[in-house]
Amino acid sequence: MQYTEITVRYGELSTKGKNRREFIGRLNGNVTKTLREFPDLKIYPKRDRMHIALNGTDSTAVMAKLRQVFGIQNFSPSITISKDIEILKQTALAMMQELVPAAKTFKINTRRSDHNFEYDTNQLNLLLGDYIYDQLPQLTAQMKYPDVTLRVEVRRDGIYLSSQTIKGAGGLPVGTAGKAMLMLSGGIDSPVAGYLAMKRGVAIEMVHFFSPPYTSERALAKAKALTAKLAPYVGTINFIEVPFTEIQEEVKRSVPEGYLMTVQRRFMLRLAAALAKKREALAIFNGESVGQVASQTLESMVAINDVTTLPVIRPVATMDKNEIIKIAEEIDTFDLSIMPFEDCCTIFAPPRPKTKPRLDKARYYEEQLDGAALMARALAGVKITEIHSHDEFMQSDQDQIQSIL
Amino acid sequence: MIYFDNSATTKIDPAVLATYQAVSEQFWGNPSSLHHLGDQALQMLQSARQQIATLIHCQPDEILFTSGGTEGDNWIVKGTAWAKRDFGRHLIVSSIEHPAVLNAAAALEKMGWAVTYLPVDAQGYVRPEQVQAALRDDTVLVSVMAVNNEIGTVQPIREIAAVLADRPTIHFHVDAVQAVGKNLLSQVLPERVDFATFSAHKFHGPRGVGFIYAKRGRQLVNLIDGGGQEQNHRSGTENTPGIAAMSKALRLALTDEAAKAKHEAGLRQQLINFLQPLANIKIFSPLDRPAAPHILCFALTGVRGETMVHALEEADIYLSTTSACSSRSGVESGTLKAMQVPEKLATSAVRISLDAQNTQAEVDQFKQVFPRIYQRFQRMNGRTND
Repeated sequence: MQYTEITVRYGELSTKGKNRREFIGRLNGNVTKTLREFPDLKIYPKRDRMHIALNGTDSTAVMAKLRQVFGIQNFSPSITISKDIEILKQTALAMMQELVPAAKTFKINTRRSDHNFEYDTNQLNLLLGDYIYDQLPQLTAQMKYPDVTLRVEVRRDGIYLSSQTIKGAGGLPVGTAGKAMLMLSGGIDSPVAGYLAMKRGVAIEMVHFFSPPYTSERALAKAKALTAKLAPYVGTINFIEVPFTEIQEEVKRSVPEGYLMTVQRRFMLRLAAALAKKREALAIFNGESVGQVASQTLESMVAINDVTTLPVIRPVATMDKNEIIKIAEEIDTFDLSIMPFEDCCTIFAPPRPKTKPRLDKARYYEEQLDGAALMARALAGVKITEIHSHDEFMQSDQDQIQSIL
Repeated sequence: MIYFDNSATTKIDPAVLATYQAVSEQFWGNPSSLHHLGDQALQMLQSARQQIATLIHCQPDEILFTSGGTEGDNWIVKGTAWAKRDFGRHLIVSSIEHPAVLNAAAALEKMGWAVTYLPVDAQGYVRPEQVQAALRDDTVLVSVMAVNNEIGTVQPIREIAAVLADRPTIHFHVDAVQAVGKNLLSQVLPERVDFATFSAHKFHGPRGVGFIYAKRGRQLVNLIDGGGQEQNHRSGTENTPGIAAMSKALRLALTDEAAKAKHEAGLRQQLINFLQPLANIKIFSPLDRPAAPHILCFALTGVRGETMVHALEEADIYLSTTSACSSRSGVESGTLKAMQVPEKLATSAVRISLDAQNTQAEVDQFKQVFPRIYQRFQRMNGRTND
């Protein structure tokens, strides 16, 4: 089927009252950015739906991209025809023929916004239903839960037919809920947390701590590659790498072993909060899951969270590892996440970290360090990269390799 | 020089040699090393694997690199026997397999395994119903080659696969060494095939490298243990330049393979048309049954194959007495023996094996040269035989 248009139905934002315009505007921007590679598309953001005119572009490729945009409940590829009852019948038949024999039951669902059209809604339902039933007797009409619903919409400029409704990503358009920092380690959990943040409309910037030579260039490349996996939901994501070697060495030198991890984490969170303030973000997201490791017990969270008053949001806090992995597989970050490189969280990990650190002790040990100076030097060394979905980080030599092979 | 011995080995393609050299110079790190040089080499290795998997329509983890066809055959035969020794100790191999399969099976026989050597019909084909008849409850392996290297028969792999359809635990191995670039792979590698053997130097790749296809979920015991390379299945520092060069050679071999196979088949048919009418010429390769486009085996009765090879060599034409592997040792052809060809006739057999690079002019040249040699031997035969 050569479709001419995709009709996009909005998600939750339909219920958002006065903010509606802003939501639709933001969604329009995100859809435009996501579909930038298709120059012939024309996007019409209307109050209750968005119409994307394909102008000859292949609908499959467009729909694959559209599926990743948050704020879309569902969408349907449709065909526009002129308002001629014979053409309508032939097109409806052709669309149904593509769906048998998989489909056994069907229903015609007509909407008519042009009330001057010669047939009304009921007449059209009957007329088309009869015609299709006569031509394809293997199909049965069924009003409740049919295999296929053929939607017919009579508008002023033509008739729109569609037979498929494809589920969108749901959620809210990214950006409508403000901006936050995501603490991205390179493991399985933090990319999932980032995905879930974006799903609720939060625009994120990645904060990644990197400690050469304790962590490798490949670990850094992996974090960037993970960012590229999340970029399609928004177009581009800023990746902020924070040099962490000096802080880790200082902490290791002067903090007792049981509190190494806690104090390190306090610095990480403090740096993320400082970056949030500087970059006008409203919250910090991370991939902590309650009780998963020593740093993620409630006691640890108390001892670490102490350094900031910004909301620290943990989207996977109550999920089991398996639930997190399931999402990681869906968003295609899992295979990257399990690549075995040391990251900041695993090096200097004491053999017996305190699972129940005390806040007062953490504060006390930390006072032995010149925290302000360490923070200032780390923040001065920050590097920011804008990452696109098509950027390659793990396979830097691929062009050369492909030319040799 | 006219090179008609492409089933023995092919000349390395200059572009493949360039790949070998480029990888040797630019990707020489050990793929297992943690640093950047190792990472580069690993990427090269995995890209080469991915390319091969794409070309033969399987997953990258189903491709395991070896040192060539002999290792591949040994690994699959012995590795299957050892992996499945608790379930059964009976192997079925065709009697026209490459010695790498036959002798691996014979070695297992000495260790207590039972082996059925499947007979072939007079034209050199395994009969699927005989596979059926040979099956036992404790059969663990069936090994039948795709293309016979001595006479070029294309074996009925799909029919044998059908016989094995309801015995899913039996490993089905197809030695596909002679089938690459001949527009045959889709035909000889149906879904039921669990293992297949390949060797780079048979398709203009370098010597000393090959690969096996090993279907996901099928178990083989390792032949070579050590540092755990190849997903812990085949140890030894990876031959990155050889593997990359093989990957390139495979891509080139499979490019336009239908056209190339047609060209070879055309040349082969001309040679058949030329040789067939001659008195005392006996053609062993199939004329009207499935045949590879590049192999033609024939004999001039009364003239030892070795003599014919040297006579043609004087005219700068290179071919071989059946398979090159055994021609030096002077033993008669295993395939012809299995076809019940009398020993005296079998020792007269020679094999022409073509390649896409062979030309019409070369075939014409052969047709000019051969009659002189033929008449010389005929005169001599006349004196001795009559």
